[in-house]
Amino acid sequence: MLYREAGQFKTTYAEDMAIFPIRQDRIALAILLGIAFIGVPLLATFHVWPFGSDYLLWAILLPFLILALAAIGTNILVGYCGQISLGSGAFMAIGAYSAYKLATGVHIPFAWLGFAISIPPLPVLASILLGGLMAAGVGILFGIPSLRIKGLYLAVATLAAQFFFDWAFLRIPWFTNYAPSGSVNAPALDFFGLVVRTPVERYLLCLLFVTVMTVLAKNLVRSNLGRQWMAIRDMDIAAELIGIRPLYAKLTAFAVSSFIVGVAGALWAFVYLGSWEPLAFSIDRSLQLLFMVIIGGLGSIMGSFVGAAFILIVPIMLNLVPTELGVPLSTQTITHLEFIIFGSLICYLLIKEPHGFARLISIGKEKLRLWPFPY
Amino acid sequence: MVALGQFLEVLIGGLMSGVLYSLVALGFVLIFKASGVFNYAQGAMVLLAGLAMVRTLDLLVANGFPPWAAIVLGIGFAAVIMAATAWLIERFVIGPLVNQDGLTLFMSTIGVTFVIEGAAEMIFGSDVYPLRLFPTDAWFVLDGLFPGGILINKLDVWGALIAGILVAGLAIFFQRTKTGRALRAVADDHLAAHSVGIPINWIWFVVWLVAGLVALVAATVWGTKLGVQFSITFLALKALPVLIIGGLTSIPGAIAGGLIVGAGEKIAEVYLGPSVGGGIEYWFAYVLALAVLLVRPQGLFGERIIERI
Amino acid sequence: MRAPDTNEIMLQVDGIALAFGGVRALRDVTFNIRRGEIRAIIGPNGAGKTSLLNVVNGFYHPNHGAITFKGRTRARMQPFEAARGGIARTFQNVALFKGMSALDNIMAGRTLKVRRGLLWQMLRYGPALAEEREHRHRVEEIIDFLEIEAIRKVPVGRLPYGLQKRVELGRALAMEPDLLLLDEPMAGMNLEEKEDMSRFIIDVNSHYGTTIALIEHDMAVVMDLSDRVAVLDHGIKIADGTPDEVKKSQAVIEAYLGVAH
Ligand SMILES: Nc1ncnc2c1ncn2[C@@H]1O[C@H](COP(=O)(O)OP(=O)(O)O)[C@@H](O)[C@H]1O
Ligand SMILES: [Mg+2]
Repeated sequence: MLYREAGQFKTTYAEDMAIFPIRQDRIALAILLGIAFIGVPLLATFHVWPFGSDYLLWAILLPFLILALAAIGTNILVGYCGQISLGSGAFMAIGAYSAYKLATGVHIPFAWLGFAISIPPLPVLASILLGGLMAAGVGILFGIPSLRIKGLYLAVATLAAQFFFDWAFLRIPWFTNYAPSGSVNAPALDFFGLVVRTPVERYLLCLLFVTVMTVLAKNLVRSNLGRQWMAIRDMDIAAELIGIRPLYAKLTAFAVSSFIVGVAGALWAFVYLGSWEPLAFSIDRSLQLLFMVIIGGLGSIMGSFVGAAFILIVPIMLNLVPTELGVPLSTQTITHLEFIIFGSLICYLLIKEPHGFARLISIGKEKLRLWPFPY
Repeated sequence: MVALGQFLEVLIGGLMSGVLYSLVALGFVLIFKASGVFNYAQGAMVLLAGLAMVRTLDLLVANGFPPWAAIVLGIGFAAVIMAATAWLIERFVIGPLVNQDGLTLFMSTIGVTFVIEGAAEMIFGSDVYPLRLFPTDAWFVLDGLFPGGILINKLDVWGALIAGILVAGLAIFFQRTKTGRALRAVADDHLAAHSVGIPINWIWFVVWLVAGLVALVAATVWGTKLGVQFSITFLALKALPVLIIGGLTSIPGAIAGGLIVGAGEKIAEVYLGPSVGGGIEYWFAYVLALAVLLVRPQGLFGERIIERI
Repeated sequence: MRAPDTNEIMLQVDGIALAFGGVRALRDVTFNIRRGEIRAIIGPNGAGKTSLLNVVNGFYHPNHGAITFKGRTRARMQPFEAARGGIARTFQNVALFKGMSALDNIMAGRTLKVRRGLLWQMLRYGPALAEEREHRHRVEEIIDFLEIEAIRKVPVGRLPYGLQKRVELGRALAMEPDLLLLDEPMAGMNLEEKEDMSRFIIDVNSHYGTTIALIEHDMAVVMDLSDRVAVLDHGIKIADGTPDEVKKSQAVIEAYLGVAH
């Protein structure tokens, strides 16, 4: 089947406004979704290769889905709105701990006032979504400085969020329900009576979240609000002079971004980790998300997936390939190599292709469309 | 009197460690003024310099070199490493990114950070390496005035002394030498500097080199205090909030910012820490910077910039 | 068909002074724009022309003086207020959103007309989708008008300068402004491009009745297009009137010949 748009005339704006105006792309997407929603669960249920063990699901697909979601959130802020964030990890943590508190019941005693705020434990779905909203609220709070300060200064504001919440979740025992070890356990994943337990069920749950939120995010970035964000990113002064309010554009970017990152954080804690410590959301996580976004493509939803896949696969390859070749590397060496590879790739891409792998893919498709006539 | 004595002790200790923040921040101001780069790699550079120095030193001592020779050679080797790093960064990252926006440059320094951290630990190892360049015992002063006297760590005094000398040295470098003056010209106006024939790549190399040497000095002091280890990078990262507080382009600002952060976080830790579970030092500098940003975005000493279109 | 010469003053600036440190960019400038006219502002480089436009749409805040726009007087405009009040603007050094396509740039100009909020846009369904199509339709009209159909999907950073200026005009037109400020829209263009641009300017003025303030160096163009011309030099308005009057003014001739005064 040739990759061509010949003969596919777009007669209405509606068609031209579709996410994938080219039919072959739509078919490819349908196949991908078919594999993800039907193929993988079937193979995994019957333990058919490559799903003989749960390794692929647990160690690759589950983290891939959740981190890709977090990367989308980060990309909205950094890639679309141009506001640097070194604090995505903290916002994952806020999502996770808020969801945890809501799912286990909130009790805030105001002893000196003689009353207490008590919220009974909420269902898991509500907890996760409200956890996201909580992250959105805090995101708005930390976004406020962005109204007065430009890009780089914001890096420090987001670092403040990162370090402050690292500390808060570690040192304030209320957040962990006074668990002596500081580590907390996720509640049972009960969705309206359906309890999610096995890796396949967890995978499907995350896939559902990711699919829905990706569509919503994609809708936003190709609507007026998305254009406002990009306008602020590309030239904030001109944006203001054509009637874009920086306050609204930036704070919505912070809110939407933090919401998505917060939900991803809650999923990471509840569905993937099961029990966790604040360390799971350190600055390393923030930088990892930032790298996914830069490598995958700043300002590209698809890029967020590509970047997440790449960042997760490299360490596995570094482990696998030398072992196969009979020269296994120590874990430390692998970590160091990872650092060097990611770091230099970041520099290389920023110099050569700031839109990351996503742009390289679309250039590839462009070439394919013209093939075999290279002009 | 006891309370005042304790307060003074905390204050002095804080100010002295603040001098080191100032020093690292100064390296940062240099880079920012000359090339508009907000350098995240500052901490990684301290780690690299420290590792290169301590590992060489250990190796030489183990091979029977006298300690003073090992120290001199160790520091010399680390300096060479920092020069090579500066050259590589200029040649392969900052040079090709000339005229890019600040955000891109900043993200590229995050990339540089990872390469430096990975390479440094791969080559020199990733343990905690103790370093004994300066005395670490304490003095008690003013014990006539306060019961028990005020405890002052000798290492802090050394650190402050060295940082002070370096700051003075940098000031002289800027005012008196040809390269220093050229550097200021670049800082004030890239195009103008270029058109009067100052080779901008050379300037950038020098700037990164100076920042690297500053990192080396910081590494000697912090390394003696804590051992050379990865967590030093977080200490050096505090140069960022220090700068925001002082104002990005101001050298006096960097110095004042460092002192404010140093003293502030120690005082907060001692007097507020116990009531909230401790560890305030971990975030104090950043939250203070955030507060300053909200009130005075250009920092305490920075000048206001009027944008054009 | 020119908009009727009602002589109604749309914009009045009174005694505007603006200084940057020691540089006095504008000194006591009084100036007005009538509804429906094409108003030119000329003067040597550094005369303060751009600064004057920046004061009008609130990007610079003057140290003295007052601005009256559509009957409301204030000491300073705010950029967003100016935009909402119907002032659109192009810039001397093209200020497009360079990572976005030409189409998206112009669509961004519709922001003030967008009614549906975040949640609707996120669902992109029903009324939100209908609205998006409607804006797209208006923008396609502008694209047709400016004859840039072929480049609508191209990121503007990759377009040649002349086309960028056109896209920028398109973005301003998408705001459906009452007052359009054009800062050297033809700088750096060849003759053919200048003719195209002049045609667009005249068409915008006559078809939509848009009032236009125009900074331009090419005298032939200025004399051709404008109803009235104001001349700035060193931040002072040295002449104001019809093109013919201005051409004869001694002060203008001296300013342009660089005679010391
Ligand atoms: N943001 C600014 N900061 C400092 N000086 C400025 C700024 N904008 C304009 N100026 C100065 O104001 C004067 C007038 O500039 P401008 O309005 O751009 O002139 P024109 O558009 O007529 O060429 C010039 O001397 C210019 O250098
Ligand atoms: Mg001008």
